[in-house]
Amino acid sequence: MDKFGDVELTIDLLALPFVQTALLAAAILGVVAGVIGPLIVRRQMAFAVHGTAELGFTGAAAALLLGVGVEYGAVAGAVVAALALGLLGAKASERDSVIGVVLSFGLGLGVLLLWFYEGRASSKLGLLFGQVITVDSANLTVFAGSAVLVLGVLAVIYRPLLFASVDPVVAAARGVPLRVLTPLFAVLVGIATALGVQTVGVLLVLALLVTPAAAACRVTSSPFVATVLSIVFAEVAVLGGIVLSLAPGAPISAFVTSISFVIYLACRLVEWARSRVTGRVPQPVSAPASR
Amino acid sequence: MTTQPAVRLVDASLRFGERTLWSRLTMAVQRGEFVAVLGPNGSGKTSLLKVLLGQQRLSSGTAEVIGGASAIGYVPQQGASEAANAIRGIDLVGLGLDGQRWGLGLRGMRKRRQRVEEAVAAVGAEQFAGKPFNQLSGGEQQRLRVAQALVGEPSVLLCDEPLLSLDLAHQQAISELIDRQRREAGTAVLFVTHEINPILQYVDQVLYLVDGRFRIGRPEEVMTTQVLSELYRAPVRVVNLDGQLHVAGAHSAVCEDEPHHVHQAAG
Repeated sequence: MDKFGDVELTIDLLALPFVQTALLAAAILGVVAGVIGPLIVRRQMAFAVHGTAELGFTGAAAALLLGVGVEYGAVAGAVVAALALGLLGAKASERDSVIGVVLSFGLGLGVLLLWFYEGRASSKLGLLFGQVITVDSANLTVFAGSAVLVLGVLAVIYRPLLFASVDPVVAAARGVPLRVLTPLFAVLVGIATALGVQTVGVLLVLALLVTPAAAACRVTSSPFVATVLSIVFAEVAVLGGIVLSLAPGAPISAFVTSISFVIYLACRLVEWARSRVTGRVPQPVSAPASR
Repeated sequence: MTTQPAVRLVDASLRFGERTLWSRLTMAVQRGEFVAVLGPNGSGKTSLLKVLLGQQRLSSGTAEVIGGASAIGYVPQQGASEAANAIRGIDLVGLGLDGQRWGLGLRGMRKRRQRVEEAVAAVGAEQFAGKPFNQLSGGEQQRLRVAQALVGEPSVLLCDEPLLSLDLAHQQAISELIDRQRREAGTAVLFVTHEINPILQYVDQVLYLVDGRFRIGRPEEVMTTQVLSELYRAPVRVVNLDGQLHVAGAHSAVCEDEPHHVHQAAG
């Protein structure tokens, strides 16, 4: 623990190529998470993201066992999960329980697959708690490619997707194809989740995909400002988390989640302080009914 | 007024299981025409709008909105879209303009902002359009809903109880605004309401739905003691009080859940 906050060691480590690769991967993830996060928050999909991540873990565990790249397994698992959740839980009233059912099964299956695996134990734990160092320059290409794909598709569907997310009734009336957008967005979330699984791990994907956006949505209702803030928050959390984890050699997740949580608390504080200020402005009091 | 239909229903019937909402409904709404759709709860007023929006299939017959979904402006019933999470009123109005289009919409931003601001100003919502939509009062939300529906200059405007939760002054302002829209831009208006008086002076045609039966005609043709008694199959009286129509009936179906206009006038 005495290595905590060792600045010199941290600087030395930052010079290492694999650390820089990790930082680059994290920065890419930060942008994806920041852009997609506000939409996840608006569509109330936090639990779906968690469920998708667990299935990304199952896919990654299967890939580990088969000797295929973990990143492919994570993407495949998460996308299948996203589609399955979309198909089984089309009704909002059922969504919650469907996610619970699929999530627990996927996690159990993943545990079984890992039990079969006889390789390094750190690879197993890495999936659960994240191990950004596992992203090397070879799979960085896949990583970056997936990120570009997600951002590219989002750029095309962003406006109708936002419309469908905040105002589904009128969006449907105006001819926005909700039936296409909902599964498509689920797939994008699946890919983004898979990226998160490789860096912060299954259990903590929410810290990047949901927390920064949830924080941003506390302080602004403007879609543009929310997206920018959410990217900034996600970058601060993920890059800051990696840098802080270097010297002690600790898993990055603890730092990433802590930073994102602190940002979230700060945003709630700002929101609270603002509501007190505006609360003092005299509100027009509606006259009591004259009946 | 040129006769150029914007909405056409031919022999349209809608049944849910045993229950017939309406059958063999044939009507056309011309450009610039203002049609009020009246009737007790459950008579299929909202379902009629859903049919025109393409969200509800007819049991038989055809329904057509000339120009399709992109030609429609829609004011949903309040509370129909409760989400509106983390979004400002002005963003919702903007999405009404071009939210159905692909892309980020970075081109023509200035023009877009101007049109959105005009639409917001037209409903007198400048003061609160920048606030989070879900923190606004029902009346404020409703005015922004009207702005959202009108900003795209639709050729057909479908409104589901747009005056609900508005005070009298705003009921008049919104009704006038919709009237101006159909006069100046030739928008055909289908206006579902339980209360005809705020719009009585603008209405060209009334479609009155009761228990699978309906009557179409000018207000003075339909809103009569004789016609409504036939429709309700119960003694109903239509009383004209200073140009306001009041429907009084022995039958409980006539009395609706919504606050009655007599009380509103007194309040």
